[in-house]
Amino acid sequence: MLPPNDITLSALHLTRRYGAGLAVAELDLELRRGEVLGLLGPNGAGKSTSLQMLTGNLAPSSGSITICGIDLLEHPQRAKAKIGYLPEIPPLYRELTVEEFLTFCARLHRLPRAKIAQAVHTAKARCGLGDMGRRLIAHLSKGYQQRVGIAQAILHAPDVVILDEPTVGLDPNQMRDIRALIRELSVGHSVILSTHILAEVEAVCDRVKIMHRGKIVFSDSIDGLRHSRQTEMLLVGFARPPTLAEFTQATGISAVKRLEDGLFQIHDAPQSTLTETITQVAAAQDWGLTQLMPQHTSLEDVFSELTRTDNTIKTSP
Amino acid sequence: MIATLAWKEFRTLFTSPLAWIILAMVQFILAVVFFWYLSQYLEILPRIQQLTNPPGVTEVVVSGSFYFAAILLQVAVALLSMRLLSDEYRNRTIALLLSAPISSAEIALGKFCGLFLFLLLPVVLLTLMSASLALGGTVDWGLIGANLLGLMLLLAAYSALGLFISSLTAHPLLAGFGTLMALIFLLLLNLLVTDPNATTHYLSFLSHFEMMARGMIDTTSLAFLLIVTATFLILTSKVLERRRMQS
Repeated sequence: MLPPNDITLSALHLTRRYGAGLAVAELDLELRRGEVLGLLGPNGAGKSTSLQMLTGNLAPSSGSITICGIDLLEHPQRAKAKIGYLPEIPPLYRELTVEEFLTFCARLHRLPRAKIAQAVHTAKARCGLGDMGRRLIAHLSKGYQQRVGIAQAILHAPDVVILDEPTVGLDPNQMRDIRALIRELSVGHSVILSTHILAEVEAVCDRVKIMHRGKIVFSDSIDGLRHSRQTEMLLVGFARPPTLAEFTQATGISAVKRLEDGLFQIHDAPQSTLTETITQVAAAQDWGLTQLMPQHTSLEDVFSELTRTDNTIKTSP
Repeated sequence: MIATLAWKEFRTLFTSPLAWIILAMVQFILAVVFFWYLSQYLEILPRIQQLTNPPGVTEVVVSGSFYFAAILLQVAVALLSMRLLSDEYRNRTIALLLSAPISSAEIALGKFCGLFLFLLLPVVLLTLMSASLALGGTVDWGLIGANLLGLMLLLAAYSALGLFISSLTAHPLLAGFGTLMALIFLLLLNLLVTDPNATTHYLSFLSHFEMMARGMIDTTSLAFLLIVTATFLILTSKVLERRRMQS
């Protein structure tokens, strides 16, 4: 077990109301040093609202937030010094150069004067902005602007880095770079990352929480998520298919569904023992086994399953 | 921290052509007005010299120009203050300030100081023009000082009002228009109400400046302008706090 002081962020019963509506309900979060937490959910699930509350941009209707043992609502300034935040829309002053902007941010975070140049240099190097220092932010491409946004969030070496959809609008190469950067950040920092891209969560996160309509509907480690997607299913096809009753009787498998074209779908069964049973029984009964195929539930299925009530969900692979 | 914010605001103003145009226009107009007052003074000089206590060059030229500047700069304040917070809301850059370890009061004060610093530029140039009168005669330095102090306090009050209005909306043009309307209303209070003891007269920022421009540095006027400035700054920081509750 990690010592309790390694919990960098904890939020309890975080709730945010908008008039009569509930944007976020009873959100609980805990984050340890060196951990990357993915906050996943369809658009409008309350991810951004949650992150805004965690960074002190928005006051929660109720609940508490503690950053490295400091209460965010009671001592906002001390707590905020430990957070780096990249909002959904990167807060960039387009009329400044990258160098000027980062220097301004360093001062905002009260970095000692002597350390500013070094901090700006390090942040630029980490985000691949090495030779962009003198360029006006307005003239940078979307990908580079996003990097400036991230540089701004990690500039003051915060304990908690909170990134709201950091790879939105980037091309695949840039996405890969940013994901590598996030993995790198997790050394020594805690990272919360919101996204609606499932592959991103799999690629960079240690733990995942899936939000839907302001509530956490799934919370587990990334392995847990992988596990839940590997709900084992077996698709079996026969040339001379038996009836469902015959099949169940002969093989002793009850969690089975008969599909068209002589196909059977077997749920929730350990594959290793099943395949053997089925081949043997099929041979003995002369059903003419034509196919035997393990099926994985895709991550999308898990996601859709959890967020089913919303019919308009669109997810990218 | 306030200095950091103010300096950034000051620098940002110079990146917009609007600020340069305003500086150039204000300077040009003030120079023309100054010259006009000066030629008027020279024209009437032979006649007023027969008076027992003739008005001096400072009283006519300097006070006249400062009064004109006080009205002209209302437009400049409206145009320059409109973006202070509205633009931050519109571009969502306000998140940067709200997530930094700084208070709402520091944000308000920093923005205010940045704008005020910029507005000092035309004021300094006007003061230098006034001081140049000393090259050709004697000037009343005390009166110049009183005018300078009065104009600075007046601009502080204007700026704080402009900043407050800018904090209310994400539309810079709406903020600019609102500030201009508010300042014109205050000007009307001064111009239309002739009774100097009326409450409305008392509420006009300009009346308090006028007192100082005549060389009467009265605590009431000083306090009035300072309190107005402080009030709008406090209101601005309250608005920022409230946005955190509602947005």
